[in-house]
Amino acid sequence: MPDFGIDPVSIDVGHLVRRNVASLYSSLVTRPTGQAVRLAIENLLADEVARFSLSIIDLSQVTIIDFSCADEVVAKLLLRYLGDERPKDAFFVFRGIKEQHRGPIEVVLERQSLAIVAEGETGAFQLIGPVPLHEERAWEVLEEKGSVARADLDGAFPESDARRALESLVDRRVAFRSPRSGDYWALSFLLKKLA
Amino acid sequence: MQIIPVPGNLEWSAFDQLARELAKGGEQKILFDARHLRWVDPGGIVGLLAAGAIARQRQGDPPRLQLSEAGDVATYLARMNFFEAADSLFELDIRPPRRSWSSSDVLLEVTPITTNTDIHAVVDRVQQQAGAILSRTLNYAPSAVVQFSVILSEVCQNIIEHAEAPGWVAAQSYNWAKRLGRQVLILSVMDVGKGFRGSLADTHAARFGDRWGDATALEAAFIHGLTRFPDSGRGQGIQQIRKQVRRWDGAISIRSGTARIADVPPWDDTPPLEENLPAFPGAQIHMVLPAHGADDA
Repeated sequence: MPDFGIDPVSIDVGHLVRRNVASLYSSLVTRPTGQAVRLAIENLLADEVARFSLSIIDLSQVTIIDFSCADEVVAKLLLRYLGDERPKDAFFVFRGIKEQHRGPIEVVLERQSLAIVAEGETGAFQLIGPVPLHEERAWEVLEEKGSVARADLDGAFPESDARRALESLVDRRVAFRSPRSGDYWALSFLLKKLA
Repeated sequence: MQIIPVPGNLEWSAFDQLARELAKGGEQKILFDARHLRWVDPGGIVGLLAAGAIARQRQGDPPRLQLSEAGDVATYLARMNFFEAADSLFELDIRPPRRSWSSSDVLLEVTPITTNTDIHAVVDRVQQQAGAILSRTLNYAPSAVVQFSVILSEVCQNIIEHAEAPGWVAAQSYNWAKRLGRQVLILSVMDVGKGFRGSLADTHAARFGDRWGDATALEAAFIHGLTRFPDSGRGQGIQQIRKQVRRWDGAISIRSGTARIADVPPWDDTPPLEENLPAFPGAQIHMVLPAHGADDA
């Protein structure tokens, strides 16, 4: 188990769309729909008591996501919890991203220089977004190891560039550093530990 | 009474003739004489509705619309749900025929767009029908249904977010055997709102100085992705639509105010930018998506 308090949150976006927009087909289209879904997610997170939360944003039941909704439900959601004014320390893993979702999501991530961790249909995790190559490599190392204790950091990431890349991933919220021990966790590994 | 002849061949670009005639008008009642209308496409249908809306706004009373009861045009217009949309805009001189036939070429009947719920309905409806036309008729990959639905959503949102006025959308496939030697899908969206210049003026006009006008506003939105919103997440819709239409070797144009801007594929001879067209309030977005060869899918 993690050595700190963290709330696991599972959010079915298809369900939120149906509840908020009454769309039979779970189409995530139009900006007001995206705003309604994002606010619903933010309200769910506000109810969590722990300082940290790790949420699964599940798009499995979403048939279509347009650029306006991708901007709201992905980019603006991430931006809300990246800034200094963030209401809490929220981390996200996106599940159920199908090929038809990728175009709009990649476009909004590119536009805002953001990245997300996504769990594919096979269960493998990947980093999506405009991430420099050295950060991508650092993410892959952490993903493969699951977690790296602070004491083992130099061994796992011998080059200072790689260690800086790891810090950048933490800042981007696609990797987690324990506030207590300073250990690094892949979000996928954290998810498994919380399951 | 001002009589405005409706061209016999009413496709999207023929709207300019209606706009020119409308621009001449004064206070007198308008009669749209469509008795010689023989062919109309989605661009022509939404254009006729827009012309009716402009005339109605100007006069307060609905203009008259004369259609020939002979031939297939009235029946086709009924099939496209034209008369439902026209009911509040025109005084009709004929009793609308009943929808007596269906066509598998029609992807989307004329649909008014006034709320976001309308966009949800349109996107959901198209997903049920688009597969057959995009895959079988145009030889597009199966994923094209989703890409087309996203395009449809974004162009319809343009009406609600920027026009602040009602608009309409329609789509149908045609065999452009003579013109292009291929099937095409035509998607047309039109509104009678404030237009691109009106939408962008408050936030962008000052920086363009004397150059500001309909063409500059269209270039700002179409080429540079500017919107009236300060939010950096805005303005992606049109840019991404252009990219997708280019991937499909399609054509897209936007007409607003007195100008038209277009992405023109090699098979099309539309000018990339036209100015000094007859003025009309609002915007017309028109796309032509040609069929791929069987191997392209």
